Amino acid sequence: MRAAFADPVLDAQGAFRALLHAMSHPGRVVALDAAPDAPAPLMPAAAAALLTLADAETPVWTDAAGEALDWLRFHTGAPFVADPRDAAFLLATGAPPALDALDAGTDEAPQEGATLIAQLPALAEGRGWRLTGPGVEHEHRLAAEGLPPGFAAQWAANAARFPRGVDVILCAGPRLAALPRTTRLAEG
Amino acid sequence: MYVAVKGGEAAIEAAHAWLAHERRGDPALPELTPEQIAGQLSLAVDRVMSEGSCHDRELAALAIRQARGDLIEAAFLLRAYRNTLPRFLAAEPLDTGAMRIRRRISATYKDLPGGQVLGPTFDYTHRLIDTAPRPAPAPPEREADGAAVPRVSAILAQEGLMAGEAPDPGGPVPDLTREPLPFPAPRALRLQALARGDEGFLLGLGYSTQRGYGNAHPFVGEIRVGDCAVAVTPPELGFEIEIGDVLVTECQMVNQFAGSATTPPQFTRGYGLAMGQAERKAMAMSLVDRALMARDLGEEVTAPAQDQEFVLLHSDNVEATGFVEHLKLPHHVDFQSELEKLRSIRARWEAERAAGDPARREAAE
Amino acid sequence: MTDALPMRPATRDAAYNFAYLDEATKRALRRTILKAVAIPGHQIPFGAREMPLPYGWGTGGIQVTAAILGPRDVLKVIDQGADDTTNAVSIRRFFNRVAGVATTTDTRAATIIQTRHRIPETPLREGQVLVYQVPMPEPLFRLEPRLAETRRIHALADYGLMQVKLYEDIAAQGEVGSSYNHPVMVGGRYLMSPSPIPGFDNPKMHRMPALQLFGAGREKKIYAVPPWTEVRSLDFEDHPFRPVRAPHACSLCGSTGSYLDEIVTDDRGGRMFVCSDTDYCERRR
Repeated sequence: MRAAFADPVLDAQGAFRALLHAMSHPGRVVALDAAPDAPAPLMPAAAAALLTLADAETPVWTDAAGEALDWLRFHTGAPFVADPRDAAFLLATGAPPALDALDAGTDEAPQEGATLIAQLPALAEGRGWRLTGPGVEHEHRLAAEGLPPGFAAQWAANAARFPRGVDVILCAGPRLAALPRTTRLAEG
Repeated sequence: MYVAVKGGEAAIEAAHAWLAHERRGDPALPELTPEQIAGQLSLAVDRVMSEGSCHDRELAALAIRQARGDLIEAAFLLRAYRNTLPRFLAAEPLDTGAMRIRRRISATYKDLPGGQVLGPTFDYTHRLIDTAPRPAPAPPEREADGAAVPRVSAILAQEGLMAGEAPDPGGPVPDLTREPLPFPAPRALRLQALARGDEGFLLGLGYSTQRGYGNAHPFVGEIRVGDCAVAVTPPELGFEIEIGDVLVTECQMVNQFAGSATTPPQFTRGYGLAMGQAERKAMAMSLVDRALMARDLGEEVTAPAQDQEFVLLHSDNVEATGFVEHLKLPHHVDFQSELEKLRSIRARWEAERAAGDPARREAAE
Repeated sequence: MTDALPMRPATRDAAYNFAYLDEATKRALRRTILKAVAIPGHQIPFGAREMPLPYGWGTGGIQVTAAILGPRDVLKVIDQGADDTTNAVSIRRFFNRVAGVATTTDTRAATIIQTRHRIPETPLREGQVLVYQVPMPEPLFRLEPRLAETRRIHALADYGLMQVKLYEDIAAQGEVGSSYNHPVMVGGRYLMSPSPIPGFDNPKMHRMPALQLFGAGREKKIYAVPPWTEVRSLDFEDHPFRPVRAPHACSLCGSTGSYLDEIVTDDRGGRMFVCSDTDYCERRR
């Protein structure tokens, strides 16, 4: 079994601050300084996000299998579920499940909406989508390659049910960017 | 002079030094030992363990000494300590039916299997201050007969006159100390909150149910005080092992319930359990527990003791004392804005009066 | 004053985990904080722990700070705007002991600022985090103390109750009644308590470049305002919200734009006014 964070306390703190910064600045691409050497196909940023946030109290769904799944199970201690709707966190190494197939919380408890961690081939700023909303001063541009073609429409539907909704963390290698449910996204 | 109101660091150090000095008292007298506190002020220790949610007589005694006898402060010390402890296992439910009885009384039957056992009680003592206590005589002893001491609730249940408890919903027991309290709160969480709740607050609320605030007709079905075995089932063993005994006080308060279309008229019970010998706490808890069942039983919720949010959010003395006492922290920033606000409203009021135009104020009144 | 406060990281007390809380507790807090940022202004219940400081003295802010704090952070703690008020000193000493982080009184140098009742005068910048200590997170609590009911009100965004209250104040006394802890609408959706900051500070929350996190320990709630988020003080068109400060200049630095403490200098009505933000004031002298 490969190791997880070299320093479980401080690496988790560092990864959390990267996630917090990303969630506070939608579309901003943030690099992790200490990411775990997770088995393929797990990307360092996605693995770090799950290690930082998931545990026995959070049901997790993933499409990863074999060694990668064993690694996630062992290091997070989280219960893994088969139905994406039952998950608090989802880690998609391939095509992510449709956003409307995930737990969006309730109007009284919208915080129960799931967090989807999606692995992508590349993330680039300065081109692509035009992001606006809380956390964005004027407009921020993000190009997220490899998402399914209907993602922007799914995202618009997700934003429309606010405060219910799901939040997304996009990962590429050791880098990540977040799309909280408040972010409005226009195709570039 | 302006500087004199500042300078927090040095002031804190000085205050702590003075506190330590006052706590110790006259250095010519020997310092109290935790063993003396645990042995001779045992009911204070019991209360601190209950409200501190941590069963450790020695630590509770140390906390009482450190807190200069302030039992809420001592409970707070114990809770903060408890929070740093790793959690290994959850104990199996205590079997109070198998308790080694020190005291057991029922007000509902003159005599009953297992008998009435007075035990070490203040009941029937004459409250005359004993200025010259004599050495305590050794209490008379008798072999335990080993006979079963069935719970009074079980005796009533045999006749079908006692409401059964709701079936165990299964799954892990919710933990008040790990998760925020949801409303409406399930009974397991209500009982947890009451168990660590302030004895005085619960006493007052329980008392209020006897005086018509909530429809209570309580009878002490049974109070029992004694030692119970604590058992755990380590997953690697897969079977139950006993890890020790705890002294607890249990009260089952019998109440009538009028019944409904689907439920026959029957008795219901309020439940109280506290660490150590803590009868007042267990009795008050059982009264309030029963009052809080109003909603589940379809009774009208009219009294404070029946109001879940009111009771459960105000029973914790560590929370309550923190928020009440925080009022002594500096609030001069908010007070300043209140001052400016009042001056502004007052100036407007004076101007309107001087102008002899009270119309707008009257319209508002 | 700066010299009197430790600037260098102290040696951490190894008897406790970094920043005192255990990792499972931090994870639960971190999950809550991320969701709070994703749903600006929405109060999220969390399993608040008993801290070694009393409820009501900043345990919510302390838990939020403990969940985000890292060894590279520089921490500033203020109470009533000042770095050297006793509770600010006490909290700073706590983090010095359990996390060994560097502390500062300089608003510009801090990465995390924990505050009770004020927003610093020096504008905050992107990347900084402002952690508020919150006594009563529910903005409606004086009108509706029942949490089950206020949860429903927030779900429906049915804030007519608060509008009526403000209107009644205006009818009775010519202006809104709350001079501090004046409720705000966040992102046009959630009514939120800004904590008991003076109304003077409310406008600073609007489109603040820094992240604002709010922790209520006793009430077991966390909420947040992301950077650049719209925060409007509740008011009416014909009675716009009006931040108030004492109409004086600071006796120490001469500032006429900062929030002032009123100091009673004698028993004959003597007063002086000085900045409540000690760091801002010292820098201007």
